[in-house]
Amino acid sequence: MTTQVPDVGAYDREWRGVSAEDAEQISTAGGVFLRERSRRLLADLARPHKRSLWLVAAAVVLQNAAGMAGPYLVSVGIDRGIPEMAAGEGPRTLLLVFAVFMACAIAQGGLRWMFFLISGRIGQAMLFQLRRRVFTHLQGLSLSFHEKYTSGRVISRLTSDVETIGELLDESLDELVMAVLSIVSIGVILLVLDAPLALVVLLSFPLLILLFRWFRKHSALSYRRTRETIALLIVQFAESLGGIRAVQAFRREPRNQEIFESVNGDYKLANRRAWKLIAWFEPGIILLGNLTIGAVLLYGGFRVLDGELEVGVLVAFLLYLRRFFAPMEDLSVLYNAFQAATAALEKLSGVLEEVPSVPPPAQPRPLPRPSGAVGFDDVRFGYRSDSPVLPRLSLSIPAGQTVALVGATGAGKSTLARLLARFYDPVEGSVNVDGIDLRDLADDDLRRAVVMVTQESFLFSGTVAANIALGRPSASRAEIEDAARAIGADEFIRALPEGYDTDVRRRGGRLSAGQRQLVAFARAFLADPAVLVLDEATSSLDVPSERLVQRALRTILTDRTAVIIAHRLSTVEIADRVLVMSDGRIVEDGSPTDLIGDAGAFADLHQAWRDSLI
Amino acid sequence: MSEDRSTSNKGSLHSLWRMRSYLRPYIGQMTVMGIAALVTVGAELAIPLVSQRVIDGPLADGDSSGLWWLGGLALLLGVLEAVFGFVRRWVQSFCMLDMETAIRNDLYAHLQRLPVAYHDRAQTGQLVTRATSDITTIRRFLGFGLIFLVVNVTLFTVVTIYLLRLYWPLGLLVVLSAVPVAYFTLIFEREYIVASRRCQDLQGDVATVVEEAAVGIRIVKALGRRRTIGGRFLHESRQLRRASLVKVRILAKFWAILDLVPQVLLALVLLIGALAVAAGDLTLGSLVAFVSLVVLLAWPIEALGWILAIGQESATAADRLYEVFDTESMIADRPGAHDLGAVRGLLRFEGVGFRFPGADRDVLHGIDLTVEPGETVAIVGATGSGKTALTALVPRLYDVSSGRITLDGTDIRDVTLTSLRRAVATAFEDPTLFSASARENLTLGRLDATDAEIAEAISVAQADFVYDLPWGLATRIGEQGLSLSGGQRQRLALARAVLGRPSVLVLDDPLSALDIHTEGLVEEALRRVLAATTALVVAHRPSTVLLADRVALLEGGTITAVGTHHELLDRVPAYRQILSAESDSDEVLAGGRR
Repeated sequence: MTTQVPDVGAYDREWRGVSAEDAEQISTAGGVFLRERSRRLLADLARPHKRSLWLVAAAVVLQNAAGMAGPYLVSVGIDRGIPEMAAGEGPRTLLLVFAVFMACAIAQGGLRWMFFLISGRIGQAMLFQLRRRVFTHLQGLSLSFHEKYTSGRVISRLTSDVETIGELLDESLDELVMAVLSIVSIGVILLVLDAPLALVVLLSFPLLILLFRWFRKHSALSYRRTRETIALLIVQFAESLGGIRAVQAFRREPRNQEIFESVNGDYKLANRRAWKLIAWFEPGIILLGNLTIGAVLLYGGFRVLDGELEVGVLVAFLLYLRRFFAPMEDLSVLYNAFQAATAALEKLSGVLEEVPSVPPPAQPRPLPRPSGAVGFDDVRFGYRSDSPVLPRLSLSIPAGQTVALVGATGAGKSTLARLLARFYDPVEGSVNVDGIDLRDLADDDLRRAVVMVTQESFLFSGTVAANIALGRPSASRAEIEDAARAIGADEFIRALPEGYDTDVRRRGGRLSAGQRQLVAFARAFLADPAVLVLDEATSSLDVPSERLVQRALRTILTDRTAVIIAHRLSTVEIADRVLVMSDGRIVEDGSPTDLIGDAGAFADLHQAWRDSLI
Repeated sequence: MSEDRSTSNKGSLHSLWRMRSYLRPYIGQMTVMGIAALVTVGAELAIPLVSQRVIDGPLADGDSSGLWWLGGLALLLGVLEAVFGFVRRWVQSFCMLDMETAIRNDLYAHLQRLPVAYHDRAQTGQLVTRATSDITTIRRFLGFGLIFLVVNVTLFTVVTIYLLRLYWPLGLLVVLSAVPVAYFTLIFEREYIVASRRCQDLQGDVATVVEEAAVGIRIVKALGRRRTIGGRFLHESRQLRRASLVKVRILAKFWAILDLVPQVLLALVLLIGALAVAAGDLTLGSLVAFVSLVVLLAWPIEALGWILAIGQESATAADRLYEVFDTESMIADRPGAHDLGAVRGLLRFEGVGFRFPGADRDVLHGIDLTVEPGETVAIVGATGSGKTALTALVPRLYDVSSGRITLDGTDIRDVTLTSLRRAVATAFEDPTLFSASARENLTLGRLDATDAEIAEAISVAQADFVYDLPWGLATRIGEQGLSLSGGQRQRLALARAVLGRPSVLVLDDPLSALDIHTEGLVEEALRRVLAATTALVVAHRPSTVLLADRVALLEGGTITAVGTHHELLDRVPAYRQILSAESDSDEVLAGGRR
């Protein structure tokens, strides 16, 4: 990535991605880096709307010009229209003024309408784009990221943070255009009108700048804290309600309430800190404006008394000054919204900067018709760098073979499965299908080749059919039902109130764990991969269901490669080959009958399992 | 909740009105804020008037002491405006944030009370947006919009009365300008309330998709369905954008009209006023004063648009909150519920029937079963026979639809929930873990558990692996415990259930994810615990069944046979069918006769 400020480079690594999220204090240069990054994101989002933005600015300027005509028309009406009437010349001028006034009013209203429409459209388009980018990027990030980041944070980024940016875009940006425009133009007019008085006004400038800078510095910190605390609040909220069964069964409610009230309190304090800053900042701007006006009134007044200044000039000066400071107040409100949005943008741009640890290939190699030969070449892997789970593993599975992985908890079976499904990449060595490194496969090709059914059979809320169809979204209803029938789920699904159209509710709560596993199975079957990885996929099934699945597997697996992890060794009976793992190594490798005959670890396991059946 | 999306103006305003109870503690502060806002607006309006006076008075007369006096007044008013602006914001930062926090705490407390049946249907994303953006919207209106609504209406009324006294025909014109404002406001309200509600609902839907996609990320990855889920998200986001644009269009129209009204009014005042001056009914000075006061009215009218918009939004937000608050918990302490006290552990199901709320058929019916104190009964049944529902009835996660469950002879609905759930501990088939320390995950609600009790529970569940985690029991378990293996999670959930020796244990297939070796060890330890504990154990395997003294066979939602494992194996073909793997049936039978 590129950095725009040279001395910020060192902070590049320190604050890269989401690593600044938990930081309480951020160094000045780190803060500059984060602000730069946020501003780039905002500019990025605005870029496609450049032309519309100019249009909006033009509408604002025109609308204000129409508004400015009002006072002038009033003066014309009073100075010329009334004397004409009094002189008996009829209401011609007056009617003309009225007509022009009405025209201006309508133009003003029309322009304002146009302004709201266009700026609203731009704002919504930017928000949409932002949501889309962040969501897509998050979905592309690896599991190791998600395990640390938690879903609550993801929700908070995509709801609360995005809404904060929405609030900035809702703040009429016309104020910005007008403020800049009127401050510059009126500043010039003031200087032209009377230089000494203008100098009095200029004296207030350093103070204004100081106030803005003070606010920027402190509000950046407190808004960062606000974003952080709302994320924690959402994490606690979503997670505890997601696990409400356990919460209620174990009377966790009081403790949860305590935790929630504490994070809610933190959020309140963070907000209060920001609000207190605003309480000083906004009236501070008003005070500076009012004091300046008072000073001009007094100083100008005495100069008028001394005959150094025309009364008319002072009157004009005071009128313009009013118009000078009013946008300054609007600007302070807008600046506040901008500060809040910047903190949110910091978080979002951080997410966007995260690089997946399982990156998509730069130049994918095509694998249109995978046959399913699997190879592990000298694979080394560990979740933490200090403890390798697989020290050095080599394995070759020919296409079509059904392999059962057995071994005690912690032997590395699931890790092997996850590497094969490319949930993680090996630290050293490679995992390949048909001789192609998984790292060189595009996502679509990879999933056509390898699909994994995990222990946790997560279902999305929606119908049973929709959940099965996740295996292959293009599948027809008949294919979905065929898949369910093949693994023996058809019967229970038909018994549901609305059959395949039954809503499984949140997390599939309508179904039992066993039923969820059957649906997950049907899903994988429908996906029709060359390599099927089953990680404890039958643990919650009762014996008859497992028997059905077992029977189905015999036919399903005839023409595909399968790696099956199961504690119930009944699965082993359909395997061509058994691998016994221990401490990340393969300690036995052979056909089930051979291994049962040997006096090895598998023979012991098998015996223990047979005993357990009684 | 999300199904019911009909919105009526009256209903929403009523919901907003109900929010007043949250304002009550802050009436004093609200009054201070209102007065401060009035002073601020007053000072802001007075400063130009003072400047005017300076020019007409001291400057015209050459009166320098008068200049000092009025200039000082202008400065004083300037300071006043700032100081009261500060006071309003400062007070607001206390009471309004306190109020917001209180509403959120109440919402969370209420949601925790609502039964599992509610949460099965509720979408987390919808609840999250209620707890965040909806509450914020309400706070914004009550703490800011409402105050300026009062201030603006006051300002409008005061100025209008003054204008009526100045020259009543023109004053009447100003009063009449309220007619189009009111007319367009009514139209606006009707359109906007629907749009506002729709946006809030869609924000919840977007959050729901996000939540599911984040929690289900493994499945999305395992199946390579990024694009499908992304498509869902884009669909919802697009809907939200479309709905927001509807809102924008309504607002743009309304705001433009509110801009137009004061301008047209000004033009009319000028025309009619000038005619009146020409006719000698009005002095020129009065007309000038009139015009400048009408200019002052422009702001309150324009601001009305903004205030009404957030007013509507907070009304629909209040609606959404009360949809939650008004959902009564069907599972709560009955009046007169008493503490369970010491429990012997006689658990009895008497004609128990159960159906899920809103379902049209029973999951369970006519269940009669007695579990003697200290006895362990296994529940065996095919997938979908209602085993899990049965276990959820004991700690009252759901309530029976008919019949009753008694513990030591007392209907469990007649004792307090807390005491019932203290006596009954459950290990679910899905081991629910939270992103908290291993210790917190073990103790959950039992904060008083001693280290010895925790150690004992860990050893019963063979969950010693927790000691090997980087920080031992203090190690934070990742969300849903996904960094642990299925077997590890299940053992933690089991340890949680046996912690502190509950009087009644409900174990739903507690050993399914364990390997044979660990399973054997857990069984052995568990047997010691079960010897003295009343227990219901859902079992899928013979090995688990052997933990029990007796077995109840559940078929089609009712118990068809009760007896020992061996009796049932001998007597009941259906039982044999469910419990024995086909190829091993002979051996199982042989074991039965051993």
